[in-house]
Amino acid sequence: MNVEAKISLGRPAVLDVARIREDFPILRQKIRGKPLVFLDSAASAQKPRAVIEAMREAMETQYANVHRGLHWMSERTTDAYEAAREAVAALINANDAHEVVFTRNITESLNLMAHSYGRGILKPGQAVLISGMEHHSNIVPWQLLRDERGIELRVVPVTDSGELDMDAFETLIADGKVGLVSMTHMSNVLGTYTPVERIVRMAHAHGAKVLFDGAQAVVHRRVDVQALGCDFYAFTGHKLYGPTGIGVLWGRRELLDAMPPFLGGGEMISSVAFERSTWADVPHKFEAGTPPILEGIGLKAAIDYVQQIGYDAIAAHETALVDHALARLGTIEGVHILGRAQDRGGVVSFALDRAHAHDVATLLDRQGIAVRAGNHCAEPLMHRFGLDSTTRASFAIYTSHDEIDFLADSLARVREFFK
Amino acid sequence: MSDSFDDLRDLYQEVILDHGRRPRHARRLESFDATAKGDNPMCGDRIEVWVKLGTDGTIADTGFQARGCAISVASADLMAETVIGRSKADTHALFEAFREMARTGQCPHCDGALADPLERLEPLAGVHEYPSRVKCATLAWHALIAALEGGKEASSE
Repeated sequence: MNVEAKISLGRPAVLDVARIREDFPILRQKIRGKPLVFLDSAASAQKPRAVIEAMREAMETQYANVHRGLHWMSERTTDAYEAAREAVAALINANDAHEVVFTRNITESLNLMAHSYGRGILKPGQAVLISGMEHHSNIVPWQLLRDERGIELRVVPVTDSGELDMDAFETLIADGKVGLVSMTHMSNVLGTYTPVERIVRMAHAHGAKVLFDGAQAVVHRRVDVQALGCDFYAFTGHKLYGPTGIGVLWGRRELLDAMPPFLGGGEMISSVAFERSTWADVPHKFEAGTPPILEGIGLKAAIDYVQQIGYDAIAAHETALVDHALARLGTIEGVHILGRAQDRGGVVSFALDRAHAHDVATLLDRQGIAVRAGNHCAEPLMHRFGLDSTTRASFAIYTSHDEIDFLADSLARVREFFK
Repeated sequence: MSDSFDDLRDLYQEVILDHGRRPRHARRLESFDATAKGDNPMCGDRIEVWVKLGTDGTIADTGFQARGCAISVASADLMAETVIGRSKADTHALFEAFREMARTGQCPHCDGALADPLERLEPLAGVHEYPSRVKCATLAWHALIAALEGGKEASSE
């Protein structure tokens, strides 16, 4: 906690990585006797002590179920849980905390949209527009919807540089049939930021609403849903240094009000009779059952932590890391980096000549480096670039330049090893 | 042997790198009695195996085409090398013994009748330290067993 205070007092333009690393107990671990170099934060980020402590403290001092008890514990816990909603609203500059729906993860947020908006608001004959760089969780729910409801699924292709083909976007949306554009804000494979403001302008001009998958983007860049002008925005807690088990769907109030419920059960009702039940107001209409209470409390601690560091420092740090990684990895013979978008965030995917991504990952692991290898839940994008798998290094606030140097040196060794 | 890659060699021994790079049995058989595909959806490894049986029912020849990591290709090649000339029952027994070795690093059957082929497969025992990679080493075997049993597809899941 003291460390955080120092950070907030100092408000450094440049992020103090050494100090940040002290906040993450796990970074002291050794892997096979070597220091842990954790470059897999895009899959799930490590947790600062503030998050760990907030969840532990809640369990030890003020835990009960929320929104139902008339006793002290329940009221305190409800306050803490609802404070998390306020924290999310402030993080993304939502107009109203009631527009923030808690889910289990972003996959559930996107499924909520496909189920409730897709089946309740969209009509057969309309289309959903996604892109060729989506995570499977922003593909499969829409396929299920297409097959069940006759709602067309259209896909904006990806260019050789790993960016959205915006000419094709314009063509695909021109007939006015697209009811919803559901697109990533930042690719989990290429690191590409999509041109969100332009997407919103074009979509709205053709009568479509816009949902962004912000799972990666919200970690690296300040998100202001009102400035973006989008209609829905989804992200997950565990990539933002928070716990697993909590995701977010933000939507404009009037849109959420018009949507039918997703899951049924307790919490989401106003009254229940066997003939007919009525629904609670948003966001509770979409939050059936006991919610992720401790996870909400943990997410608030994570958001507070990120806000204290500040997105200016975070974005500057990660841009410097990506530039450094592209410079170092790009000069290793036989390394091919996927995508060369101008506007990109903290992930770098690459292929290595003569070496399969899984072998690369295992050999890096031998040296204490954690990376991801595989299709990154984005099989269509892999095939777009003629690959089955890549190795991916992803960066976080605790990633240092030294770690990237170590990755580059280790990768050069792997390259030699497979020569 | 000592070199600057000592820390990387426990799993990637020279025999694995060699067979991963230059598999001897990576070919489709012109004529065959059984074939099956293997698929590891977790990592995208894929393999197709062909088997030619002799008149006595033993494996006269086998070949494969694989797309995957060095471990999976080397394992497929060492498998082909060790099963040619063996009966179906022997091949099953070898598979079970190899699978145990890949999962545990132990080889309780290494003194028995299958001592020679198991010794040949021993370099793959290092995968037991990497639970997610065990399937890379066993995928080809799953496909081979599926082919011998008249199946068409196998998954190492």
